[in-house]
Amino acid sequence: MNRLASRLPAIVEQHQREILAEWVRLQLESGNWRAGRLQESQLRDESQKFIGLLAGTLQNTVQFDARNAQWAELREFLSELSRSRATQGFSPSQVATFVFSLKQPIFGRLRLALAKEPEALADAMWEINTLLDALGLYTTEVYQQAREAVISRQQEELIELSTPVVELWPGILALPLIGTLDSERTQVVMETLLQRLVATGSSIAVIDITGVPTVDTLVAQHLLKTVSAAQLMGADCIISGIRPQIAQTIVHLGIDLSAVATKASLSDAFALALKRRGLAVTSSTAAARG
Amino acid sequence: MSIEPTTLPVRSGEDVVKVRQAVRTLAMDLGFSLVDQTKVITAASELARNTLTYGGGGEVRIERLNQGPKRSGVRLTFEDRGPGIANIELALTDGYTTGTGLGLGLNGARKLSHEFDIWSQPGVGTRVTITRWK
Repeated sequence: MNRLASRLPAIVEQHQREILAEWVRLQLESGNWRAGRLQESQLRDESQKFIGLLAGTLQNTVQFDARNAQWAELREFLSELSRSRATQGFSPSQVATFVFSLKQPIFGRLRLALAKEPEALADAMWEINTLLDALGLYTTEVYQQAREAVISRQQEELIELSTPVVELWPGILALPLIGTLDSERTQVVMETLLQRLVATGSSIAVIDITGVPTVDTLVAQHLLKTVSAAQLMGADCIISGIRPQIAQTIVHLGIDLSAVATKASLSDAFALALKRRGLAVTSSTAAARG
Repeated sequence: MSIEPTTLPVRSGEDVVKVRQAVRTLAMDLGFSLVDQTKVITAASELARNTLTYGGGGEVRIERLNQGPKRSGVRLTFEDRGPGIANIELALTDGYTTGTGLGLGLNGARKLSHEFDIWSQPGVGTRVTITRWK
């Protein structure tokens, strides 16, 4: 059976201006565009550009194929649109709705143009329907990819988060560790601590692992190595932030931390460090009364 | 993570982090206590790193177990096609390692789990399955 040559491209091309006007009107009415930070003028520009590209591409093919070069320009445009809408605060469905909302004006136009040819009308409707669905879904895909890129960048940044070595008191350093300790970051962190020990002439370092969610054998090994290195340099280490669940796990793993002073909290460790340095904290009000 | 079982790759250090996170999410979802969560996450961390370091990478299958309303648990299966373990008993000895670690990970993971099963064939690969019940 011979299929009728599609009438869709010609109709869209011919009535491009009317379709655009109707589409922009519908979009402005729906208020969907107000969900994000989008200017009305930008919406008009984008709509015009999209329909122009669509009408142009339809002259060659009516089936969307993301890998086909014929769709390259439109695909580029939609990718750009999807990314910019994502940063403007639109949800993926709102971005896709931009494409889907073009259906109504095109359907209307087709109905008028093909009123006396039901078969051609049904064909053209089907074609534009499938096409706009594919394009709408494509924007969602790009949106998703853009989000994933942001997420993986943030993950990397978190891993790269540098850990500062802070001086709690002259001669007492603290190293608050946060996050994953089994990465290469650990090496950097440990080196920084050893350097700061020398630079400040400190004799005590408190390594706080309150912010380390999992202490497994590798983390423990890193900790023990750092402690040994610090000891070789004549400094004492105290490991703080050993929570009950961590303590139990360490025991199960058979890790021996008995060579190191450990404390449940940073303040306990600080108190111990002060004591070792022969310092004490007293209440000033009590002293005044006394 | 709402759909289990899930299979995650274990091919890089970041994957190990992701495995821990996935196990944490599931354990929290099942209502594991903080101690139980920490145990199963730590065991997962050890095995994932073994898969990566000694197995040359592989994957983990994360399963939610439901046996009646009061018995739920997490089952993890780590599998690699690495060189395999010639002497499993020796590998399970505390302090024994062919690498540079503490030699406590594999047996530690066993002690942190309720059920532990290891299969390995030199030249074929290794599969370790652990289960921790709530």
